[in-house]
Amino acid sequence: MKFLIRRFQPEQIRELFLAVLIVLVVVFFSSQIPGYFNARFVNRISTSVVVVAILAVGQTLVFLTRNFDLSTGSIVGFTAYFLGQQLWHHPAIPPWAAVLIAIGVGTFMGSINGLLVAYGRVPSVIVTIATLAIYRSFLVEYSDAVPITTNNLPDWIVNLPPLSLFSVGDVEFRVIFGIMVLVVIVFQLILNYLPFGRRLYAIGSNPDAAQVAGFPAQRMVFTAFLLSGALAGLAGFIFLARFGNISVLAGIGLEFASIAAVVVGGVSNMGGSGTVFGAFLGALLIDLLENSLFRWQAISEFWRDAILGMLILLAVAIDFVVIGRLRKVWARAELEMSVEEAQEESEVAAHAG
Amino acid sequence: MPANTNILQSIWERMKSWEGFLVAILIVVFLLNSVIAPNYLSIGNQINLFVLSIEKIIVALTMAFLIINGEIDLSAPSIMGLAACVAAYFFNRGMGFGTALLISMSVGLITGLFNGFWVAIVGLNSLVVTLAMLISYRGMARIFLEDRSIGNFPDWFNQLGQKSLVGPFPLSLIIFFGLLVLAVIILQYTGFGRRTFAIGNNKDAARYSGVKVARVKLLLFIASGLVSALAGLLLAARLGAVRGDLAYGYELEIVTMVLLGGVSIFGGSGSLYGVFLSILIILNIKNGMSLANFSGHFQTGVIGLLLILSVLLPNLVSDFQEAMQRRRRKREARRELPGTAAVAKSDASGDS
Repeated sequence: MKFLIRRFQPEQIRELFLAVLIVLVVVFFSSQIPGYFNARFVNRISTSVVVVAILAVGQTLVFLTRNFDLSTGSIVGFTAYFLGQQLWHHPAIPPWAAVLIAIGVGTFMGSINGLLVAYGRVPSVIVTIATLAIYRSFLVEYSDAVPITTNNLPDWIVNLPPLSLFSVGDVEFRVIFGIMVLVVIVFQLILNYLPFGRRLYAIGSNPDAAQVAGFPAQRMVFTAFLLSGALAGLAGFIFLARFGNISVLAGIGLEFASIAAVVVGGVSNMGGSGTVFGAFLGALLIDLLENSLFRWQAISEFWRDAILGMLILLAVAIDFVVIGRLRKVWARAELEMSVEEAQEESEVAAHAG
Repeated sequence: MPANTNILQSIWERMKSWEGFLVAILIVVFLLNSVIAPNYLSIGNQINLFVLSIEKIIVALTMAFLIINGEIDLSAPSIMGLAACVAAYFFNRGMGFGTALLISMSVGLITGLFNGFWVAIVGLNSLVVTLAMLISYRGMARIFLEDRSIGNFPDWFNQLGQKSLVGPFPLSLIIFFGLLVLAVIILQYTGFGRRTFAIGNNKDAARYSGVKVARVKLLLFIASGLVSALAGLLLAARLGAVRGDLAYGYELEIVTMVLLGGVSIFGGSGSLYGVFLSILIILNIKNGMSLANFSGHFQTGVIGLLLILSVLLPNLVSDFQEAMQRRRRKREARRELPGTAAVAKSDASGDS
């Protein structure tokens, strides 16, 4: 037990549990659906998880500061449409510039959220419920009911999703999956090692203490929203590449999927805990369930949202009841260990004396 | 004469409050709309614009209670949709319409109880719980109706929404005003109302002074579920048909109505008069925009903007007041500086 406590944190046990759960889900559906688990399935999941996983990374940053970003669905929709239209009218735009445009638009929208939450002191739910509607109405007014179709887009972006970096057998490691892996790794490293990341946790654990300690809390909340917007912009780029046909409804509901991923992945909006990797696992589990339920005859596709919502509630309740208790066990054990160590030290000191 | 100035003063004090601000906005909106459409202020038109949003404003009443209590129920529009879909589903399968309505109301009871259980008894954050249920109840509505649309309700039900019952007022409007009066009485004149405010102000202090916090919260969530189910049925009656996306996205407007009415999002303060004023403002702004041919999506964007402003403006005003106060204090301190310096000097000389 002590070994366990020394080596792992409750959050890591949670992530391990999530990984086991993912394996169990795969095993369960393999027994239900003939020919379920094969290379094609892995490729499909690794392509479809990308958008939600990238959004979940941004949502994690915002969640750590005890806030929500409900506007990401509209940011993805607007960015995808805007970029699609630019590529339609100016096909000569190089890929790197297209990515920059998408990230730029997303950053702009995210920074509006951040300004209102951090400096206007308006609760994030209020701000982002409102901007969810406002950005969507931007999109509707801007698009003038003209949809973007695959035919209007340059070839490189249409051919991007199936493009793979390398493959092992039939399992491909696709470029857009690579982008996602890069995003997850970079932000995990930022959270682990940069002062910005550590301070995000500090703000989430105890906002008052962080304020007293002199952390620029307002600026950090602002930055978290800005980054969430930037990542939503990147997700908008991938959304455009994946679907090609963009209407005014593009990206509706993605904000809920990203929140579900983050909550299921163990990121807490009340205690400054959770990791980007956990959020990725959450996104993977949800995507896996969505893709599998779709193929399972026992229930119809209409069950998707009902299950998604219940999953969020379940994750929050488990977090509240079980993880809360685990943390107490950990805290007590650590206290005992430190007392023992102190005793040993004093004994050593007494011998030496 | 003094009594007269007193009245003027008290009116002035009133006008300086948030509600006075709302009245001023309302008058401006009335004037603008009257310019666009000459007989805008006729009773017929005012009743009509109430009826067009009646379901949202009914739910806004219970939402006001919840937000004053420091909680929120984002799942209300999904409960509206679910209740209406359940009624339509059972009616479509040949059940008597009365029984279907009863089942639908019990859906409101159960969903409210479910939300309330997690928030009041387990102690989870109501924002997270009702956000999850916003998704989940909507999904359940889709399970019942998939992508079908069900109509052909009995005539009396369809007429409920439109036909006027007493004078020019249709049933839904009478229900709203009945609930409004009831809500004002409960919130302002009963112990339950005072407990609602007390919990919103400081949950722990309320618990220590013997308020049964969990019970109040649970009751409020149940009320929210029931009222939402009722509103969903009224919406079904008005539209004459039910689909899975009934009342989709209403949470924006409902929450805006409450917060623009001066109810604090942090709980503990607000009044139903303010909420009623903000309902009038929102209905009239929307109607005016329709008259000026703005699209529905544009209107939603404007409502979103109003929502942000209704919280941002008070914050900015209080920031401004604070800054002014600090400045005044600094100026006073500077004015007193020579005197204090003299005192300090005399002290110093006394010491030596």
